[in-house]
Amino acid sequence: MERIPILRIGSLLLVTIQVDLYDDLALQLQDDLSTRIAELGATGVLIDISALEIVDSFIGRTLANIAAIARVLDAETVVVGMQPAVAITLVELGMSLPGIRTALNVDLGMEYLRQAATGGDGVGTDHYAE
Amino acid sequence: MIKLLKMMRDNQDRILTDWLDGLKASARRRDLIGDVEVKEHARKILTLISNPPPNTVLEDFSSEGWQTVRDQLMEISISRVAHGSSPSETAQFLLSLKPVMFQLIREQLTTTPDELFREIDVTNNFVDAMALHIAESYIQSRDKVIARQQEEMLELSTPVVMLWDGIVALPVIGTLDSSRAQMVMESLLQAIVQTNSRFAIIDITGVPTVDTLVAQHLLKTITAARLMGAECILSGIRPQIAQTIVHLGITLNDVVTRSKLSDAFRLALERSGRTVVQKAGNAPVVAPLAGVS
Repeated sequence: MERIPILRIGSLLLVTIQVDLYDDLALQLQDDLSTRIAELGATGVLIDISALEIVDSFIGRTLANIAAIARVLDAETVVVGMQPAVAITLVELGMSLPGIRTALNVDLGMEYLRQAATGGDGVGTDHYAE
Repeated sequence: MIKLLKMMRDNQDRILTDWLDGLKASARRRDLIGDVEVKEHARKILTLISNPPPNTVLEDFSSEGWQTVRDQLMEISISRVAHGSSPSETAQFLLSLKPVMFQLIREQLTTTPDELFREIDVTNNFVDAMALHIAESYIQSRDKVIARQQEEMLELSTPVVMLWDGIVALPVIGTLDSSRAQMVMESLLQAIVQTNSRFAIIDITGVPTVDTLVAQHLLKTITAARLMGAECILSGIRPQIAQTIVHLGITLNDVVTRSKLSDAFRLALERSGRTVVQKAGNAPVVAPLAGVS
């Protein structure tokens, strides 16, 4: 069965979704990620969805679930690179995903995760300071 | 009707001259469309009518054989719309052909009154059909122009401006209806991706009224921008609008709002780790605004 690779960078996990995310694959990813976070004691998860063009409410909910699971396991989740069309679709579906951190690209997401891990509690907007 | 067509072919030059004379006599605004162009249009139409494909009769303007004439009329109407002629002027252009034709029929096809009446009736109906067709094409062409202008206006009214590296602003002007709100949302999100901006300022100084629908559109845009990883600041909320928002019970708790665009800009600069400082030796003559110094 197809799997989405999970890369480890220090204490962070990087997931790049490059294929159409169908339901089984999303569930598989959720499974794999929770296992890996617990295994490695990761402090942050970065999910790059810049290549994702189609999204439905299930995928939206799965992303929210992943973030919630990661939080329980003491890891921050950042979703980066969401396309405008995907963002509009999610909003129109009524999913504003309040529990998910977002960033424009992998670079900014990584920066945020590093800062969250080293000092700040990750709450508020201080992470924007350069 | 073969006779009628043959007569037209034989007298094409005369019909054209008489027709153009008739057009000149009727009140026409010559500044809109030149004589040369009118003559060219009249000549093309005449040539096409006089030389129809075989088995095409004047009685039936909607038949396949007259397609070339109809296309030519469409072309004329487009040029008329572009020149700003009125619909009646455009129809008059063809209707002026009637007296010319009647005169010619009377002179050259003198047979029985019955036959004469029939020829005139056929000519009359044919010219009327052409006039109706050109009027309809005229309206169609104009509708197209209006639709295009509407689209252009829609695009012009949602410019996204870059204020600083990583800060874009969208000054919204005019009422936000659903189609415009969609356009605003799309252009802002597109600009965020293109410029890689972490901050987007939506300025609604130019929005006359904010009702629940407009507020909902704005909230959707702000949420979508957040999902993409950009932060939205809403600015330009006038006191009356702030009152309306509160009275309507719209909650903007999750949205950062500022009353002026400059305040929103300063906030965006601060959050991206920049400050604006007064250069020494360039002290302003008037006292600085509170909070700047």
